[in-house]
Amino acid sequence: MTQAPAPSTTIDSALLPASPRDLFALTKPRVMSLVVFTGLCGLLAAKMPMPPVLAFTAVLCIALGAGAAGALNQWYEADLDAQMKRTQGRPLPAGRMDKQTALHFGVGLSFFSVLLMGFATNWHAAFWLAVSILFYVIVYTVWLKRRTAQNIVIGGAAGAFPPMIGWVAATGHLALLPVLLFAIIFLWTPPHFWALSLFIRSDYDKAGVPMLPVVAGLKHTRLQVLLYTLPMAAAAVLPWPLGLTGWIYGATSALLNAIFLVLAIRVATNRAEEPSGMKPEKQLFGFSVLYLFALFAALTIDRLLLP
Amino acid sequence: MTDPTTQEIRKRQKHRARIMALLLVAFAVLVFGITIAKLGLAT
Repeated sequence: MTQAPAPSTTIDSALLPASPRDLFALTKPRVMSLVVFTGLCGLLAAKMPMPPVLAFTAVLCIALGAGAAGALNQWYEADLDAQMKRTQGRPLPAGRMDKQTALHFGVGLSFFSVLLMGFATNWHAAFWLAVSILFYVIVYTVWLKRRTAQNIVIGGAAGAFPPMIGWVAATGHLALLPVLLFAIIFLWTPPHFWALSLFIRSDYDKAGVPMLPVVAGLKHTRLQVLLYTLPMAAAAVLPWPLGLTGWIYGATSALLNAIFLVLAIRVATNRAEEPSGMKPEKQLFGFSVLYLFALFAALTIDRLLLP
Repeated sequence: MTDPTTQEIRKRQKHRARIMALLLVAFAVLVFGITIAKLGLAT
């Protein structure tokens, strides 16, 4: 005799429409906060009088563009995210959303952010916003991430666009300072991500992502962290001697870069193989986030306060 | 009487519709603001 199955009390979440909370999670809000901040700093550093509503819209578009790129990244990498502890709770690998919803959301948000940027500010800024989204999704996510250990070096450019977009939204054209701001974030990305990937190497290894510690080992990665810190520090200090900023930025930048360099040396000289012994790597990763916030805050204060 | 899945779907659809309505109102206000600002710049 067969027993009748007990009525199920749980609901298959794949049948449900995606919740707004999960759609928001798809935009990688934590990454977006840094993007919004650097974009806002780029816009303010331009020192161009701009109606507040247009400035707000420009920053909103940068945020929406970053969110769209994040959503498309999660759509493409759902299989990869499912294999990594850090990402398996995301809406797609956790089964709370179907892939098509994520794709439609990401594409829709991309078009919306670029068009709104074009209509509200200027099409030059909209062009750079479109480039940043396409760069992150196509160059980094689709092309580089699973193929080369240099993924984060070239892909880092995607996260470096926001201050440039903010500047162009305010002024309508590029200048030396926003290009230097681009260079700072571009050169900051490898030591920032490699510090992280050193202590979560097993996750990347398991998922088959060729991050530098997986492909080239810990010693080589630690050396690269230090080597990339040098041009990053040089680029970060450069606006001061070039006369693009004043002493507030110059002094803050010198201090922040000195601390970054000391932490990078400690990483380079660390010999630990297990994450438990990677305190210098964790410290550098934590500080690198603070570094970028503080550096861009100092730049904005300097540009707004000093003549 | 509807089953729990249908009820949950309806509930989530209503929630999404409310949020979409709020976003549309916010967008309309934003476009209005942008238009006024652009007119101000033009003159």
